[in-house]
Amino acid sequence: MSTGTTKLDVVVSDVVPVNDLVTRFHFRRRDGELLPTFSGGAHVVVEMRDGERTRLNPYSLMGSPLDTREYTISVRRDDVGRGGSLFMHRNVKPGMEMVVSYPVNLFSLDLRAKKHLMLAGGIGITPFMAQTAQLAAEGGNFELHYTCRTASLGTYADVLRERYDRRVRLYHDDLDERIELDRLLSTQPLGTHLYVCGPAGMINWVRDRAASLGWPSETVHFEHFAAPQPGLPFDVTLAVSGKTIRVDEQQSLLEAIEAAGVDPPYLCRGGVCGQCETNVISCDGKFIHNDHWLSEEEHRSGKKIMPCVSRFEGRSLVLER
Amino acid sequence: MGITFRKETFRDDFTFRNSPEHIRRFPFPFHEDAYMYAVNIEPHVVGPKGSVLENLIDVDEHYVAEMQDRALVLAEDPLRCQSLPHMTLAGWDLLELLMEQQALGYPEHFTLTRDGDRWRWINRPLGIDDTFTFGDTSTLPYGPMEYITRQSQGDFCILDQRDGNLWMDAGMVTTQADWSLDFDIGMNFFEWHAPVPLAHEKGIFVRALKFLTNIQQGKPARRLNWTMTINPRLDTSPENYHKWGPDRATVTPENVGDKVHLRVELQSFWRLPRSNGIVFPIRCYLIKMDELVTQPKWARHLHRVIRDLPDELANYKGLTRYRSTLVEWLSKLDDGSPTNPGFGPD
Amino acid sequence: MAAKSIISRPVYGTLSPQPGKHHLFITDAEGALAIAEMAGSAPPGFFDDAEIVFIPGPDGKHTAALQALRPAQFHLSPSFASLLPRLRQTLANAHMGLRLYLAGTEGLIGQAMQVALEAGIDHTSIQTEHRGSLARRMQCVHCKGITENVTTQPATCAHCGLLLLVRDHYSRRIAAFQGVCINAEDRSEIPPMEEVFR
Repeated sequence: MSTGTTKLDVVVSDVVPVNDLVTRFHFRRRDGELLPTFSGGAHVVVEMRDGERTRLNPYSLMGSPLDTREYTISVRRDDVGRGGSLFMHRNVKPGMEMVVSYPVNLFSLDLRAKKHLMLAGGIGITPFMAQTAQLAAEGGNFELHYTCRTASLGTYADVLRERYDRRVRLYHDDLDERIELDRLLSTQPLGTHLYVCGPAGMINWVRDRAASLGWPSETVHFEHFAAPQPGLPFDVTLAVSGKTIRVDEQQSLLEAIEAAGVDPPYLCRGGVCGQCETNVISCDGKFIHNDHWLSEEEHRSGKKIMPCVSRFEGRSLVLER
Repeated sequence: MGITFRKETFRDDFTFRNSPEHIRRFPFPFHEDAYMYAVNIEPHVVGPKGSVLENLIDVDEHYVAEMQDRALVLAEDPLRCQSLPHMTLAGWDLLELLMEQQALGYPEHFTLTRDGDRWRWINRPLGIDDTFTFGDTSTLPYGPMEYITRQSQGDFCILDQRDGNLWMDAGMVTTQADWSLDFDIGMNFFEWHAPVPLAHEKGIFVRALKFLTNIQQGKPARRLNWTMTINPRLDTSPENYHKWGPDRATVTPENVGDKVHLRVELQSFWRLPRSNGIVFPIRCYLIKMDELVTQPKWARHLHRVIRDLPDELANYKGLTRYRSTLVEWLSKLDDGSPTNPGFGPD
Repeated sequence: MAAKSIISRPVYGTLSPQPGKHHLFITDAEGALAIAEMAGSAPPGFFDDAEIVFIPGPDGKHTAALQALRPAQFHLSPSFASLLPRLRQTLANAHMGLRLYLAGTEGLIGQAMQVALEAGIDHTSIQTEHRGSLARRMQCVHCKGITENVTTQPATCAHCGLLLLVRDHYSRRIAAFQGVCINAEDRSEIPPMEEVFR
């Protein structure tokens, strides 16, 4: 039985610039029906058809899970990435027909928690938009600490403050405001769960401090979709299907495999879900691992790669695909 | 036209029977002459008309009698239905799933009308017509899981997904094959399967868990499991083992056909949208040997499976005491001719 | 240590110092030795943030060994039942960063863990070490009564009197092994009772 999700045919119902970097996109079902219900923290994979090229990027759903008339995502423009966010910002207009996946949740709330402590950095605020809406509706106990570069780039900070008042704390980098992390982590009641979403550096910092201060790993949840990075082109032999392919500078290994007509399963395309994990049969060169799925030991072993976000530099690579 | 619901019992005088149409739709679980564990999971998609897979949530002629039996079990022992505090949201997910599926498959018997969070549910076979607010527990006579599973055939386990495992944190279990929800609630996937022999060593549960944690919304899966029960008794709980256990010593060559029942569980697995949990309905089908052997192919398959079953499995399934009597009885219906593979009747 | 059996049978480890802000030890009888041994590998000052609660056995040994570790708080309790109100209050007021260490008999570890789970501590984050008796707490699946200090196989339920097979199947939530009627199918079969959980 194959894994992966069902697709949804949607139409872009609105495009709203939020600030200099972030734009929000609204989708409705083309047949006018309600969209599938989702849980706070879920994402969809958005298919972007850009001429010959199809990009598939995961974005967290940020609307209230109680309202399934539309899905909303917020996309931060990345001027040096592979072009997915630029495509969304430049090409996607209201009325355009697109395809998104069914929602998948790899960052779900632990509903046993006596309190939910949320730490967001920058565009990492999006899954918390849905989670706070869900918890507020159920009378859940949460507190959100949100770090942004400047007040004008504090995406949805005003909305959150208005909705949840003192349950939301803001920190602005330009004013040198910093989360007092150790104090915050040491004053939470027993049974609190911690959630962090933001840049990799922030996630690592929070996880590291939480572990040192005695937070068990089961209570610390994080989500960081890696974006596939551009890099030098390389050649790969797919042993099972008997094909040799070239991965271009701006293409991910997974995209190149798919372009050759081979379809590994995936749920996130961001190095988190583990579905596209691929065995390495032989290699002569070095891996550029970019995922959060494989352990450090597995990265060092050179026996596995996550083709959605990781690359290779060297003479030859043979994969079990 | 709709289903004609039988008036029958699963205790005391045991008047449970299958109609001829229901014998032919019985989900016979053996497609060959041998049985061993496997991760026999497949997509839960709609099957042929007239089969138990015609609808994804099956309602049959035993519906009303089964719901009456469940009410009797719960009156005696309310611990058969439990939900840990964090599982209420998943209970609402399950209520939505079962109401939608039953109304979709059997519009003549069930109707669901939704106006925002104002819902009206009509269950004609049980004479229920309730209007309530979805998400507001105070508008229903029971919690959402208990409310809807008092109106749905089969047992239901709701699993919370966290830390890469599944946790049995809620359930309605009154027709179980000898396991205790009260004891197992709160356990993870490996723990509640711990007593099952042989399968752990084969890595069955590791693979099954990997599959189940990846079940996606809108893509349910299913598998069949089986055991045997003496008398058509739905409530074969460990709680009451000292009451029904003696039945196993009552099997004689004369009464095998009437007393011994094959018990098949159609287990399905569904991702729940709001809670991100998994619900695991275990739908139980019973058929007595006299009914089963009306299909000669099933008689041959079953004879060979029971005869050749490893002793550990026979013991785990509780067959040991009457296995030889059953095999002897079935052997007379097996001429030894080759049997076509496949589940269906001849 | 108990022999390896089925997966639901608890597996106990060896106590080791965990990162954390506060350390709560609950121990009975010979469990005290497990803490004393762990202290050898603890960083300096570790017990400055520690509380040790000790239920000594009938011989009253090991109290001095624990006091010698100079924990911030030290409390003696005559039984687990008498310690419960204090433990509940401690956990209700505790913050994240509290680490729990349980050492001693299976009954003590199980019951303390049960209280900790209710307070929101995940069982996998609790350090445990088994010392002393293998006597079991057993729940009768039929009448739901708990029989303490079961040492025989089979065992008689102290509540309903059924003769029970003591399984290895264990529930953290109930803090007990499961007992199931051993001669349900034929009550005249009475297997010999052997002393196996010592």
